Amino acid sequence: MLDLARFATELWIARWAVAQGLGMTILISTLAIVLGSLLGIGIGLVLVYGGWIARFIVRLYVDFVRGTPVFVLVLASFYLLSGIGIQLTAFQAGLFALTIFCSTHVGENLRGSLLSLPRGQMEAGKAIGLTFPQVFAYILAPQALRQALPAWVNTATEMVKASTLLSIIGVVELLLVTREIISRNFLSLEFYFFAGLLYFLIDYAIERAGKFVERRVALPT
Amino acid sequence: MGYTLNFGAVWRDFDLLLSGLALGLGLAIVSILIGCVIGLAAAFATISNRVWLRRIAGAYVTAIRNTPILVLILFTYFALPQLGVRIGKIESFILTLAVYAGAYLTEVFRGALLALPGGLREAGLAIGLTERQTKIWIIIPVMWRNALPALSNNFISLFKDTSLAAAIAVPELTFYARQINVNTFRVVETWLIASLLYVAACYIIAFGLRQVERRLAIPR
Repeated sequence: MLDLARFATELWIARWAVAQGLGMTILISTLAIVLGSLLGIGIGLVLVYGGWIARFIVRLYVDFVRGTPVFVLVLASFYLLSGIGIQLTAFQAGLFALTIFCSTHVGENLRGSLLSLPRGQMEAGKAIGLTFPQVFAYILAPQALRQALPAWVNTATEMVKASTLLSIIGVVELLLVTREIISRNFLSLEFYFFAGLLYFLIDYAIERAGKFVERRVALPT
Repeated sequence: MGYTLNFGAVWRDFDLLLSGLALGLGLAIVSILIGCVIGLAAAFATISNRVWLRRIAGAYVTAIRNTPILVLILFTYFALPQLGVRIGKIESFILTLAVYAGAYLTEVFRGALLALPGGLREAGLAIGLTERQTKIWIIIPVMWRNALPALSNNFISLFKDTSLAAAIAVPELTFYARQINVNTFRVVETWLIASLLYVAACYIIAFGLRQVERRLAIPR
């Protein structure tokens, strides 16, 4: 059953591999969150302020991506892009899929936050003579971002979890490293548990940090 | 580029894809049913007076919500046999998905329970029902209707998560799509059809559930 001494030895042998996998997981999640958020902000703005053609196209994109499982997105971008002649490494293809996935979540989140602001905010801004960019930058954006924060933090933890899917297309991140270690020593229980624990710690840290920032930026009541 | 579309290869195996889709739906339905039971029990635990019950339910929700589902699936499938529990891959997947769904549904039910006015319970007790009867005949039915929209969302995301069953070779849609992809090299067609099937299924489920929600909504 459980063999903790052997687990400790095996873990010590594989420590650099685990560290590298952990590094890859953090790198790819961070990149996906940053790129996906940038793209997602654009999507959110188009969904709220775009003309109807732009809105329609972006809406199709968002619904299509959100209706497809992330796993299918990952596999599709890995096989499909190389199939039509765009040569990407597994890392690039995976990052592409995660970025797309992240962008739709951030976009929808931002759209919801912007639409939830009372109309009077925009009108008040116009009434004191601000232009639209000014109203947006000084009145709408600060409030919308504050509202979007909890869901955004949630998306960030989702991205860390979704990065495990890249192990299937051969990106050497934490889960793939774990599977390789297990294929050598068959300690499935111990090592899957250990990997789960590491993911838990990353996500828990993100969640706590998010709560901290939420408290810091909360409006005094 | 020079890629010409040829859907023939995918159409030939279209019934496989459809059977995969049906299996995915079945897995999601069974899992959410079990998940509802777990979620309901855990939700009552999170609002109970007993500290240890609240702690356990809270730990369960936090642990599951912060762990990737793929790790959970692999853990159940590969690690349970090490403990002497031998179950098939479909049962193992359903077990994982149900425990996973349970954690998310706990939050849903908890929110719905806390949103109920306190008078409901008092009214139940006042007409002579016991605590348990009040829960079963008054609290749960009313809460159910409040929880339904969030429940639908959870069901859809659970349905999408069934794609991960392909990782342990459960023959659902993604599994067949990979197989067709590898056998025929019709990459674009395969993944286009597979994702369109998922999108269409999600739309239909969302539409159907919205009708149910409308019929069951509490009139205001």
